[in-house]
Amino acid sequence: MNAKTSNKVATAVIYSFVGIVVLLLFFLIGYILVNGIPYISWHFLTSPSQSFLAGGGIRDQLFNSIYLLILTLIISVPIALGSGIYLAEYAPDNVITKLIKTAIEVLSSLPSVVVGLFGYLLFVIKFGFGFSILTGAIALTFFNLPLLTRNIEESINDVPDLQREAGLSLGISRWRTMVKIVLPSALPGILTGIILSAGRAFGEAAALIYTSGQSAPIVNYSNFNIFSQSSFLNPMRPAETLAVHIWKLNTEGVTPDAHSISNGSSAVLIIVILLFNLGARVIGNAIYRKITSGRRG
Amino acid sequence: MNNIKKELNMASKETRQDSIGRFISYFCITIIGVLVISIIYFITSRGLTMFFANHVKLSDFLLKTTWNPGTLDSHGKPEVGALPMIVTSFSVTILSAILATPFAIAVALFMTEYADKRGAKLLQSVIELLVGIPSVIYGYIGLSVVVPMIRHIYGGTGFGILAGTIVLFVMILPTITSLTVDSLRAVPQHYRQVSLSLGATKWQTIYKLILRVGTPGILTAIIFGMARAFGEALAVQMVIGNAAIMPKNLVSVASTLTSQLTTGIGNTVLGTFANNALWSLALVLLIMSLLFNTLVRIVGNKGAVKNERKNKQ
Repeated sequence: MNAKTSNKVATAVIYSFVGIVVLLLFFLIGYILVNGIPYISWHFLTSPSQSFLAGGGIRDQLFNSIYLLILTLIISVPIALGSGIYLAEYAPDNVITKLIKTAIEVLSSLPSVVVGLFGYLLFVIKFGFGFSILTGAIALTFFNLPLLTRNIEESINDVPDLQREAGLSLGISRWRTMVKIVLPSALPGILTGIILSAGRAFGEAAALIYTSGQSAPIVNYSNFNIFSQSSFLNPMRPAETLAVHIWKLNTEGVTPDAHSISNGSSAVLIIVILLFNLGARVIGNAIYRKITSGRRG
Repeated sequence: MNNIKKELNMASKETRQDSIGRFISYFCITIIGVLVISIIYFITSRGLTMFFANHVKLSDFLLKTTWNPGTLDSHGKPEVGALPMIVTSFSVTILSAILATPFAIAVALFMTEYADKRGAKLLQSVIELLVGIPSVIYGYIGLSVVVPMIRHIYGGTGFGILAGTIVLFVMILPTITSLTVDSLRAVPQHYRQVSLSLGATKWQTIYKLILRVGTPGILTAIIFGMARAFGEALAVQMVIGNAAIMPKNLVSVASTLTSQLTTGIGNTVLGTFANNALWSLALVLLIMSLLFNTLVRIVGNKGAVKNERKNKQ
């Protein structure tokens, strides 16, 4: 085979492999949407799930997923922000910084089931929180922190040094330069990262099975007292999320219409995650436009 | 006079602000450090309990093939041979990496060498969407598409290593692809220009030059993909069959470390022997994760040294 033929063959192979991968994605998303969307109805989204009867919905699971996500972001974003600022601005170039960076890498490559088991061991058992939304949010924070921290660090590093020098030359402290000048310009990148990590957390299940639990107790959506056991806002109640629900229906479930509920739930999950993905792009771009050229004056 | 002296000796408002900020950021980074150390400490101490408190021999754990922590064998010893799970975990990991790598390299080459800017961007979105799909969905599709297909073709239940491999292949494909793209983008543009100007075809340039220079990066990408495959729990658990026995072939039911863990932890009580045995599986997972991490470091460093030498010449 001469060089020209092998070139043609290789090109053909590469193109067909790429084609297969693209088709695969279309198949995956198409399969979920085509099979799932017919099951999505107002009734499906707003009625509680059933264990032994057909016709259950996903109201509580959907709410739990969203509530858990919000709690996770409330806990993880400030920590990631502080750590990202440290790594980008304060970290000296020495052994300790290297160790910290290694630790973050280790944390990001830990299997999520190990992170979940750690949460189970420490918070559910040792601290006696039991299976609860709070424990789940903490476990998801562990899972989220490394990627979020790295993302924030990179966004901060991307801000030109000139901006910092300008701030410092005005006699403003390093911290205030950070908060008032550098962070706003790093905001589009940071927000994109947060939204993407939210999408990841929304679909995560392995870390949650043994932390936020696998049961969705009936809660009262008009009870706003967060300390009441039946309140939907109580962070100490067990909460099955949408992803865990899909897993459970397909492994241990005895629900007669498990298949159609999984189809519908998967479609809801995929749609939410697609929205997150899209949102990350749109919001990132919009803010970037706003703080760069859109502002007048 | 005294006032001025006092004011001069006192930290200014800005200095105080700075030290508060410094404190906040130091505090946050400490949390992460403490977190990693405590994860490693707690999993390790739990995982070692079986060996120290229950006096199980490490060789029995790693080499015996019967996993049945609830019962005792004829010698009155508990049966905690984890070899079936370890073998299955490694099989699905290695097989899925072998399957995914050619596709990942092809997509990466397409993005860096063939496609125009728009095509590359489009494919980038494809990869990002694949990353974004949650693992339960991969597991669910595996359960409702891949498993019946295998059952149809090979008979049996359809659950097993083959189904696990196919699901993991799709899951690690984006990981390997995006890291490979990074490493290929890092190959300097003038390498390509020189090669093409010597009359080499595109494929010769790719095969003899770009892939060679990118090898350390591609290896790192594959190891990252394998780490992900090894640690993936739910998607695999849904399609592997969850029987802690030595896999006979690719389509017989089996169980990985992660699937055994997710199935088992809920059915055992903390502190019992059966539970301790499961924590030992978690320890194996942790150690493998650290090992993959080290491997990435070693490969990365080797690549760096090589490139430096090249630059000096």
